[in-house]
Amino acid sequence: MRQLLLAAPILIPLVACAVTAMLWSRPEAQRRVGLGAAILLFVATLGLMAEVLSGGMVVGQMGNWPAPFGITLVVDHLSAAMLVITGLMGLAVAVYAMGPGAQERDRAGFQPLFHALLLGVAGAFSTGDLFNLYVWFEVMLIASFGLLVLDRTREQLDGGIRYVMLNLVGTTLFLLAIGLLYGLTGTLNLADMARVAPEVENQGALAAAAVLLLISFGAKAAVFPLFNWLPASYHTASMPVAAIFAALLTKVGVYAIIRVFTLVFAHDHALFGPLVGVIAMATMVVGVLGAAAHYDIRRILSFHIISQIGYMLVGVALMTPLAIAGSVLYVIHHIVVKANLFLVAGAVRQVGGSFALARLGGLWVTAPLLGLMFLVPALSLAGIPPLSGFWGKLVVIRAGLEAEAFVLAGVALAVGLLTLYSMIKIWNEAFWKAAPDTAPAPEWTRGQRIATFAPIVLLCGVTLTIGLWTEPFAAFSLAAAEALLDREAYIAAVLRPHPTQLAEVLP
Amino acid sequence: METAFALTIGVLVGAAAYLLLARDLPRALLGFVLLGTAANLSIFAAGRTGTMVPPLVAPGAEALATDAANPLPQALVLTAIVIGFGLAAFALVLVMRAHAEFGSASAEDMDEAERPDDVAAPAAPALNPAAERKEAA
Repeated sequence: MRQLLLAAPILIPLVACAVTAMLWSRPEAQRRVGLGAAILLFVATLGLMAEVLSGGMVVGQMGNWPAPFGITLVVDHLSAAMLVITGLMGLAVAVYAMGPGAQERDRAGFQPLFHALLLGVAGAFSTGDLFNLYVWFEVMLIASFGLLVLDRTREQLDGGIRYVMLNLVGTTLFLLAIGLLYGLTGTLNLADMARVAPEVENQGALAAAAVLLLISFGAKAAVFPLFNWLPASYHTASMPVAAIFAALLTKVGVYAIIRVFTLVFAHDHALFGPLVGVIAMATMVVGVLGAAAHYDIRRILSFHIISQIGYMLVGVALMTPLAIAGSVLYVIHHIVVKANLFLVAGAVRQVGGSFALARLGGLWVTAPLLGLMFLVPALSLAGIPPLSGFWGKLVVIRAGLEAEAFVLAGVALAVGLLTLYSMIKIWNEAFWKAAPDTAPAPEWTRGQRIATFAPIVLLCGVTLTIGLWTEPFAAFSLAAAEALLDREAYIAAVLRPHPTQLAEVLP
Repeated sequence: METAFALTIGVLVGAAAYLLLARDLPRALLGFVLLGTAANLSIFAAGRTGTMVPPLVAPGAEALATDAANPLPQALVLTAIVIGFGLAAFALVLVMRAHAEFGSASAEDMDEAERPDDVAAPAAPALNPAAERKEAA
């Protein structure tokens, strides 16, 4: 049963992708299958989470090949949390995608690509093998390429090329790093690699491979100075696509950085800690300043993804239990909030007729509830108590102060303030100021309205729950951090059945 | 043998870096293909080169001969080639499509996504002096 639950987050989107692709000519049926699969995925990830909470780490060896020879699937606290949030986002966006524009999207192949994306993301979160991680990255990438240029407009083609070119180079560097690491450690299994890495003679070459990994994961996570592709492409995608991208894609890069640098390269923290710390600070500052310069909701939100990535790297930079717990809590909170903001932006476009702040206005009068639903994630993003972002920032900054990284903590605080500035800007322009004379908004049906607002309300509810009932989430984050720092337990859990050691067999 | 491998990989990465810096997209794409080849070769080299014995278990034997080639890098490289081919094919189609749309395959002629917002900034001057400066300029 545990093994089946372990594979379910991969199997469900895989089957959904195949079935929706076979139903190519019947968009209506595709949509139903897609929604069913999204619900199933969410339930399965919740089941897996319950299993991890009750029985600890779930480990499975694919095809019964003993580790480290076969591919291992490992789900610990962090992976389980990421999978649950993937399920939640999949469900929210699957419902949202039934809103305006659903028919055009489904005819262009939205459903198979969407589930292929979830497949890649779920696989990346559950694998315990470096080469397998590369394969999942590619599954996710190719699906995201298709999704980004779904409408085939000029704008999307241009944004798509920017996105595709930079990501192609990023993943090839990942492959290069895998080659180097395999040559140095003789293994691809992350647990086995963590066991061997501290004993590798040529630590300089190992560090070089680690930096290559940091570059390729960093390009995926859009950290400074590799973030250029994100604001150049995200705003061109259609809204459900942008929402799922904003929620999951960069976070897979962050997850990979956290996983690899807490597990395999933890012994080299003296080198990578300060490096990641500087990257984190620069990422926060550049992202928030970029957002301050823009007047299009989608572009502002895209730049804020970058700035928030910086907070998530603080855990890797400091490597204390509290800092890593802060990172975990921050990732969980951020995914919900950021996806929700993109969903709200889509609704604003539908109600107000534009994404450009100059053309919007008076939405507080015409759509007060939408205003409320914008304020919850927006203020949470800025870190206003008692919303979820406040607790995330509190833990991260406190961890910074305790580790005496005062500059890092100070930058985090200042960036929070500037985030508030951007959110207030959207609020003032779109909701507060008098409505300009614009073309009447497009009509939409009752069903479309429900499909648009149900996920927004759901995610607002999650944000409020994390904010008002933080205790279990904080406790979970601390448990996840302790599990991440306890490398011996991870290695033992993966390699236990057959302690044969590949590295010693090889020449 | 290893020196030859290292030199080949080095030349390939150098050529790839040069091509990737081109504004002409098909050239950049060729750069990506070369970089992928270099990565594949480096995986192959990581599995140790030098032996000519195929990784097959002889009849009656229980295990591989000790000097057999390492089969794992071959499997990895095969996977990576397939993935790289898929990505390159997609990127090529995207570039062709963009060429049909923009009438050029140069990154310089594609600025649709970078164009400033159709209305640069809100009209209310007190809120954003930056917009005023932009208009004045």
